[in-house]
Amino acid sequence: MSENPNNWPLWEVFIQSKRGLDHKHVGSLHAADAQMAIENARDVYTRRQEGQSIWVVPAVAISASQPDDAAMLFDPADDKTYRHPTFYQMPEGAKFI
Amino acid sequence: MTDVKNLEELFQAKVDGELKIEPKDWMPDGYRKNLVRQISQHAHSEVVGMLPEGNWITRAPNLRRKAILLAKIQDEAGHGLYLYSAVETLGTTREKTVDDLLGGKAKYSSIFNYPTLTWADIGAVGWLVDGAAIMNQVMLCRTSYGPYARAMVRICKEESFHQRQGYEIMSVLSKGTPEQREMAQDALNRWWWPSLMMFGPSDANSPHSAQSMKWKIKRQSNDELRQTFIDRTVQQAEVIGLKVPDPKLKWNESTQHYDSGEIDWTEFNNVVAGNGPCNKERLAARNKAHDDGAWVREAAMAYAAKKAKRKAA
Repeated sequence: MSENPNNWPLWEVFIQSKRGLDHKHVGSLHAADAQMAIENARDVYTRRQEGQSIWVVPAVAISASQPDDAAMLFDPADDKTYRHPTFYQMPEGAKFI
Repeated sequence: MTDVKNLEELFQAKVDGELKIEPKDWMPDGYRKNLVRQISQHAHSEVVGMLPEGNWITRAPNLRRKAILLAKIQDEAGHGLYLYSAVETLGTTREKTVDDLLGGKAKYSSIFNYPTLTWADIGAVGWLVDGAAIMNQVMLCRTSYGPYARAMVRICKEESFHQRQGYEIMSVLSKGTPEQREMAQDALNRWWWPSLMMFGPSDANSPHSAQSMKWKIKRQSNDELRQTFIDRTVQQAEVIGLKVPDPKLKWNESTQHYDSGEIDWTEFNNVVAGNGPCNKERLAARNKAHDDGAWVREAAMAYAAKKAKRKAA
């Protein structure tokens, strides 16, 4: 991406706000290496106790689906409502189900 | 095959349907360019905005104020970084964006070309300048471009303390000695009009506005936002016994808004054109910081390369 070899690469940052929750993507930043990316992420994304754990991933390592493929990838789920519990009719009076 | 016209219609349909546009989505060139310009200007404003406040870190009146000012300025750096990241999702490199600022090609908010002469200016900047910025940023939380909107939500959460700490400074000064009161009033006198200019040209003269509204980059017009700011701020000034420096300011019962005097657009255009009190100083300071930091950026890369090599061996 960058022509100048002294430009720090881009990292995507994921923060876990609390134990037990997912790490969630919060943004990106530039850093020379992973250690510095974590330290910078601490300063940029957790100044108000937003996190208790940080993941950083080189942006170039992320592969993403293309918007054009969205229909192919996600439409097949549209007509499969039987995958949801509300699809089923329960007999009157049955409990805990 | 979908041609460009169709793509544009699909794009506009998404925008009209309040679906956020994401980086990999097709978007009109004009939309991309408009966003790159607006978000990078916004990022530069956050970064250059650190300079007038940095001027007072060593002279803050006590430790509490100093810690607050440091935290605020650190937030501004963070806000610049969120926004630079958002620009990058549009396919421009960070280097190019920063170079545009350093080379004087990109603009930033003209308000930061005014000097902070007294401690009360730090109060006025927080109260008025951040207050005006918040009006704009709250609107931008609903902007159509996903990464920009997300950055704005984060910024708005943090920005509210900036305005409150400024208003608190003004409130304390206005209850102080006659000299302190005078200092607060003087700061309000100097910052009021430049703050109103922050909302940009009046709607009739705003070149990018109509298209930006159609694309839902902007959601409210410059004049609407400015009016809301005036209505709120005049009330706040009354509470702390300061007088807004506009002889034409008058409550209008029929519109339920304040009527106000005309902004000096010649001054506005002059400062935008680079002839404000501190334009040269601000750009020189940014360039110096960038140049002085060059060896750090190089050393960090060299160290990272050495560590990676050692790990591989």
